[in-house]
Amino acid sequence: MNWRITVDAGLCISSGVCLGTAPGRFRFDEDEHSSPVSELTEPDDQVRDAALSCPVEAITLTDAATGEPVPLDE
Amino acid sequence: MSVDPEIARFPFPASPVPYDPGPELRDTMAKCPVNKVRLPDDSTAWLVTGFSETREVFIDARYSRALVFAPGRPLYGVETTLRGSLTSMDPPEHSRFRKLVARAFTDKRIEALRPSVAGIVDDLIDNLLAGPRPADLSHEFSLMLPASVICLLLGVPITDVDKFHAWSNAIFADWSRSQEEIGQAFAEMTAYMAALIARKRAEPGDDLISVLINARDADGKLSESELVQFPLQLLAAGHETTANSINMSFVALSEHPEELARLRANPELIPAAVEELLRYVRIAGSGFVPLARVTREEVCLGGVTIPAGETVLPAFFAANRDPAAFGDPDRLDVGNPPKAHLAFGAGAHHCLGAQLARMELQEAFRGLLTRLSGLRMTIPLSELEFRDGQAIASMRELPVTWDDV
Repeated sequence: MNWRITVDAGLCISSGVCLGTAPGRFRFDEDEHSSPVSELTEPDDQVRDAALSCPVEAITLTDAATGEPVPLDE
Repeated sequence: MSVDPEIARFPFPASPVPYDPGPELRDTMAKCPVNKVRLPDDSTAWLVTGFSETREVFIDARYSRALVFAPGRPLYGVETTLRGSLTSMDPPEHSRFRKLVARAFTDKRIEALRPSVAGIVDDLIDNLLAGPRPADLSHEFSLMLPASVICLLLGVPITDVDKFHAWSNAIFADWSRSQEEIGQAFAEMTAYMAALIARKRAEPGDDLISVLINARDADGKLSESELVQFPLQLLAAGHETTANSINMSFVALSEHPEELARLRANPELIPAAVEELLRYVRIAGSGFVPLARVTREEVCLGGVTIPAGETVLPAFFAANRDPAAFGDPDRLDVGNPPKAHLAFGAGAHHCLGAQLARMELQEAFRGLLTRLSGLRMTIPLSELEFRDGQAIASMRELPVTWDDV
């Protein structure tokens, strides 16, 4: 199963928590909002940690095949 | 050890305009975004003042917080109290704890607290209105608000506020404050929190401590020492910082009367103004040394090569005035919030309480500007006194008055 990473730019406050928590997986766009470096990823603990640590809950992880949300709590 | 006189001593002397980076820091910024400085113990460090370079230090895993606490490396000031804390870890170890407490500080939870915080602001302003003028805004409002909010979060009586004031005063001390003094306050706080945790274990509430106790006891996700440490950090990080952000923002607005008038006439600008003030205002005191990072490997930063194992200091309050990142960085414009700023740091250690601090500042200014007509300082900027060498620029008092309605 692959995950699809989505960042809601309307919520993002540019804290960079995700960039620091999951190195190489997120970057700032020209509006200083976070966006995933690659939208699709294999399941990854650091990406999950980034979603859980986001101060404005702007990061959503979904199953790329079904569109179902990935449960964040282990 | 020979001391190279070409290397500037840091921290720099107090800035004559307290909310400004100050002349020495400005000179340093103008030279290069990364400069070598000498610390009080004669060791050297790399002071980073450019916006993009400072953000890189905050975010990039090659700059380690954990290595600051490596055995044998000397620690100073507030760093002496941070061993074992959330801010002494690197991801992924850091993430295990951070993601638990992050759930208690999300936007949604903070918004749910807004009515209670607005109520605290109203009560404090009622007290000001009932008391004499001039009043000391710092002690009667700015320090009371975050301390009261921390009591609310911890589920402790508001009467414990005085204890919090004393402890955070001692811990946010300068490098000259003895380790014994800092250690004593820290030990008292630790004992207080241990007793509080025992009480909340017996009688859980819906407060933050009870949430954390549950994470410890039911889920086994926290250690007992992590549980005790966490509320201490909440107090250390959330009290003087927020209080002096309110004070210094008000002082900066007072020095920009047209912006203050604009905000009074357009209170809907308050959230934008708070972001601009967070960028513009320096609350770091003359004794402040930014929480250090140590390079894991040789890095190239702002065109400067830094070897592995060196101390790097991200000077976010300088970076927030970097002309390369902000068109007109020294202009305060309450209607033009920055896209991003570094007042809360960035990356894995981005201030956990950022959303709470923002909301407190918004509610504080809503109350102060809408309920205290013509609120103003009664002394000029040059007569403001600060406690010496503090990490946070702590005012002895901030005398203000207002008009009869």
